[in-house]
Amino acid sequence: MEIKTKELGLVNIDEKQIIFFPEGILGMEDYKNFALLDANNPPYFFLQSLDDSNLMWVLISPEFFRKDYTLDVQESELFELGLQAGVDTELIVFSIVHFAPMNNLIYANLQAPIVINKAKSLGRQCVSVNPKWKLRHNILEELKKTEGDL
Amino acid sequence: MLILTRKIDESIILNEDIKISIVEITNDCVKIGIEAPKNVKIYRSEVLEAIKQENMSAKIQPKVLPKLQN
Repeated sequence: MEIKTKELGLVNIDEKQIIFFPEGILGMEDYKNFALLDANNPPYFFLQSLDDSNLMWVLISPEFFRKDYTLDVQESELFELGLQAGVDTELIVFSIVHFAPMNNLIYANLQAPIVINKAKSLGRQCVSVNPKWKLRHNILEELKKTEGDL
Repeated sequence: MLILTRKIDESIILNEDIKISIVEITNDCVKIGIEAPKNVKIYRSEVLEAIKQENMSAKIQPKVLPKLQN
């Protein structure tokens, strides 16, 4: 199917790319239907709203700059993604990217990851209970630190 | 808003299965214990508020995305 996107214009997507967020994104709870798109600009992805073509976030995999990232969230949040005790389910975890053009910085939100259960096409913005993960991690700084460790 | 006065070690019950207890009181700080079923989500209000604001700032995107790798 064809969808209208903010950055890429009209894009043809597979139904598998459509993710339903029953509770929307925090602060934008009314927008529940999204498509997960390859940004054609690695390592980024787009989370494009299907309810409003102007609504879009850029996503990145936290592992790209923090290999030690862990998904530390309440069990109740994972239940909402259709997880059941004793059943292995693959979850895909993303961080929302925040470009701050004023100071040319790129942040990623590790405190409130976007978690997707691909098998059920369900998504949710979760809230980390681990104080190590903050709202704003400077991606380039984190990458420099990683290089320093090698 | 319903306002109740509780002393230390006292508690209140919400519905049938959520229990909120006053565990410790020091100066301007109250430590609260929450017993709730596994499907209940519990958040600090200001954390949710900060995330909402960050989501709002992050959704405005420039036309050209900077590259992170070659």
